[in-house]
Amino acid sequence: MSVSSYSERPGAKADENNGFSVPWSRPRRNRTGISARPISAITILVLLAAWTLSARLQLVSPVFLPSPAAVWAKFVAVAGDGFVDATLLQHIAASLWRVFTALIVTIVVGVPVGLAIGISKVGRGVFDPLLEFLRPIPPLAYLPLIVIWFGIGEPSKILVIAIAMLAPVALSTAAGVRGVSSERIDAARSLGATRGQVVRLVVLPSALPSILTGLRIALGAGWSTLVAAELVAATRGLGFMIQSAAQFLVTDVVVMGILVIATIAFALEFVIRRVERALVPWAGKD
Amino acid sequence: MPHLTLDKVTVHYDGQPMPAVERVSLDVGKGDFVVLVGRSGCGKTSLLNVAAGLVGPARGQATIAGRPITAPGPDRAVVFQNDALFPWLTARENVAFALRLRGVPHDKRARRADELLKLVKLDNAGDKRIWELSGGMRQRVGLARALAAEPEFLLLDEPLGALDALTRERMQTTLLDLWAASRAGVLMVTHGIEEALVLATRIVVLAPGPGHVVRTFETHFGRRYAAGEPIRAIKADPAFAAARADLTDAIFQGEAT
Repeated sequence: MSVSSYSERPGAKADENNGFSVPWSRPRRNRTGISARPISAITILVLLAAWTLSARLQLVSPVFLPSPAAVWAKFVAVAGDGFVDATLLQHIAASLWRVFTALIVTIVVGVPVGLAIGISKVGRGVFDPLLEFLRPIPPLAYLPLIVIWFGIGEPSKILVIAIAMLAPVALSTAAGVRGVSSERIDAARSLGATRGQVVRLVVLPSALPSILTGLRIALGAGWSTLVAAELVAATRGLGFMIQSAAQFLVTDVVVMGILVIATIAFALEFVIRRVERALVPWAGKD
Repeated sequence: MPHLTLDKVTVHYDGQPMPAVERVSLDVGKGDFVVLVGRSGCGKTSLLNVAAGLVGPARGQATIAGRPITAPGPDRAVVFQNDALFPWLTARENVAFALRLRGVPHDKRARRADELLKLVKLDNAGDKRIWELSGGMRQRVGLARALAAEPEFLLLDEPLGALDALTRERMQTTLLDLWAASRAGVLMVTHGIEEALVLATRIVVLAPGPGHVVRTFETHFGRRYAAGEPIRAIKADPAFAAARADLTDAIFQGEAT
């Protein structure tokens, strides 16, 4: 998942549209009658077939590319018996726990920071440069510093993930806050709302679609930081599982781990889109 | 009787070479329906925003019942062209918003909101979400929301501007009904000449460059409707056509030659 802009309109999912339609237009029915979905399915099937064939014909050593069957067998084995002292489910649980704890930390810190950027010049002056500084740094670059500062325990791992999530959440919140229509705020003020009531009852709910978009992007960013976060002194977790498998050249576990990470990322994306639809059904309709 | 008064108000926006409005005086009493008309750029909305307390005058003063206006307040509820409703709330919760701000208990404000929805002829729309409503219904919710604040003055910024012609005509009588029922003073901005005549007790014609008053008409068609005369009969009256010609002349009189 690549992130280039946080000012994405809440109703429009830019990544769902083809390049020729403006982001706020509804995805158009394709005139030729071909839709992208079956093409995607065929692409995946062709890749799987190529993978199976190359394994069957032993074009590549299984150390480099194990067969799909071997990966599936490994999946079943690790799910049942585990790998490096934990079952697959325990690895997944450890990783999910870290990512969701980090998400909560990020919401608690990032939403108020975004609010401050969006509504006050001072807040913007203070936090904008900090976030712009933090945003482009790859997690592997600040990981050593965090280990020096906070040790090799669980807090360090959560912090690494949380830092990766902070900018998307804060910047989306700020964009949402700045996007609140001035008429809406003026209407609330003319009905007698104090400054605090305007922020709580008008600005925050107005920014909610944008905040949720930020959370979705953040979850993707956090999940992709997982392997880095579990690089040091982890005993459980999908990232840790992949790394320890790689050290012993157990390539089938590496491939299986990658697929599991991808599947969970896909599932998370699906779930949060559902949550968005349930929480902000008005997004893009007003 | 409290009055909403603008005294020689000049509005000058930062970075603009010319003031938007220069030395305009207005007076809206309770029970008045004052309509501002004029071509684009004559500062109608600027004046309304000064009355609302959303824009501060560069010179001159805006007062309500003698007190200077420095900030928006529920005694001067504003209704905007784009309803500015809150889409995360139901129609009823939107209407009850002003009461919620004052800490009125949930049951009581729901009951009051339902009364107001009935007043704007949206009896069964309380549980509806804003995006389920048509433009005319949304504007009715907006009016009910403003009335819930029990304002002494209603400030309407082209409230019917975004509606289609037929809905607009229906909404004009709704506005008159609400005005008669609430006994509030109304200050309204519109582009519609006929609309101004139907609604107003006084029409203030403005011209641009910078915005100033060119003429003021006292009219009585709105009062005739409030007194029970059917709206079609009023519009068919030759006096209405004459007033309409006068007003049109006044608006285009200041046209740059």
